[in-house]
Amino acid sequence: MRSNLEVVRALVVRALNEITRVPGAALPGVLAPTIFLVGLSGVFGEAARLPGFDATDFRTFIVPVGLLQGASFTGAATGVNLARDIERGWFDRLMVCPAPRTTILLGIVASAALRALLPATFLLLVAFALGVAFPGVGALALDVVLVMGLATAVAFYAVLVALRFRTQQAAPLMQTAGFVAVLFTTAYAPKELLSGWLRAIATVNPVTFVLEGVRQGFTGSVTWADTWPALLAVAALLAALGSLAVRRLGRVGV
Amino acid sequence: MIAPALALARRTLMGAVRRPQFLAPLVIMPTLFLAVNTGGLTRTTDLPGFPQVGGFLDFELAGAITQSLLLGGVMQGIGTALEIEGGFFDRLVASPIPRVSIVLGRILAGSAIAAGQVVWFLVLGLLFGATVHAGVPGVLLVLVIGVLAGTGFAALGVVLALRARNASTVQGIFPIVFVILLVSSAWFPRELLQAPASWFADYNPLSYIAEGMRDPIISAVSARAALEGVAAAAAMTAAFVALAVWALRGRLRDA
Repeated sequence: MRSNLEVVRALVVRALNEITRVPGAALPGVLAPTIFLVGLSGVFGEAARLPGFDATDFRTFIVPVGLLQGASFTGAATGVNLARDIERGWFDRLMVCPAPRTTILLGIVASAALRALLPATFLLLVAFALGVAFPGVGALALDVVLVMGLATAVAFYAVLVALRFRTQQAAPLMQTAGFVAVLFTTAYAPKELLSGWLRAIATVNPVTFVLEGVRQGFTGSVTWADTWPALLAVAALLAALGSLAVRRLGRVGV
Repeated sequence: MIAPALALARRTLMGAVRRPQFLAPLVIMPTLFLAVNTGGLTRTTDLPGFPQVGGFLDFELAGAITQSLLLGGVMQGIGTALEIEGGFFDRLVASPIPRVSIVLGRILAGSAIAAGQVVWFLVLGLLFGATVHAGVPGVLLVLVIGVLAGTGFAALGVVLALRARNASTVQGIFPIVFVILLVSSAWFPRELLQAPASWFADYNPLSYIAEGMRDPIISAVSARAALEGVAAAAAMTAAFVALAVWALRGRLRDA
């Protein structure tokens, strides 16, 4: 158990070191959600004037979308880094080390959970500076859990894609899924204002529950009725994508 | 110079056709984004100040095309970076061809893919109820501006790859693609943008490129929007192609 934790820790430290060693690759992912927030609220801000909008302004409404976009980009970056390790042969060396493959997978995706806090922190600091109201410590703690959970789930998916295609050219495939999963929700408007087909998708999309869980503290108060579906949705995504990634990794080299 | 450039462009296009899974995100992602924008913000056409349009899809088509073309540029950048990382670029440099054709081949492939991207969105829009109000001349205008802009974005991708020299950094540019697009009028009327997006949009060439393509979709062709669109796309293309050649010379000097 202890040696497994050491392996996880070493892989996490290696991934975190990349932030300082290749800042050019990490920086856009940190800045993008914030610029996404500022840009999106500047572009679609007038939409908050539509009857039925349940937030004081569009910026407050869109902050949770930026948080989840940051988590999604971070999770995808984990897969891109793995694809690079595969191309360069480092992953093959990792596969012959005497550590359980589940442990190796945990080490790879755990870094995504931690790295997701970087864009989230930056985004929140800018949002508060721009006048978004502080949602409270409890709401913020819940947001941290949900953001880290979603980043890990997307990282599991990105690992699946990296193991399947074994090239960094598959990066758009890794980035697109999370990006779209976050947007096919109540990202832009309350469910009542969505067109019929998007409302139907948002209703069954598990990320909608995660988004509403993150959003509740910004647009009102935190309630258990909005919290448990968010936690359940993240748990389900982690279980489903995690088991697929474990299965795929188990087949490498067999 | 032309023959090697064409041969390299053909090689890039063949590679794209053989691995369509890497080509698909260029249209799939903006298509999904178009769907989300149209589905989520369809009621915004009721806002005071929104131009007269047949539907929000008509208005958003040009934004989707611009986004797709930007992604095409990122793809050409990643492709170039991988050729540098894999050593193929160095083998090309050592071969007896004009070196400029190395970057021109990649950029030409970007132009051809851009034409396909524009056609995809026009057909998609028509299938889902959009109308090109300016008819066939309008379609041709959208195609001209789109291909010009796509060529410029491909050149930008090559510049980034030659400077960064690794695919990770180039793919890290991906989120920024949306940012640049967001601070333009590609997605929403310029009159309804809020600060600071409205400030940037006035100086962002993507605003003029998107508006140049949007104008014939939502109304009859107007000379001003068409000329601004063509001029912005042509100026950007000239600048980025020149930068790509300059970046190539820098790389050859360092080698």
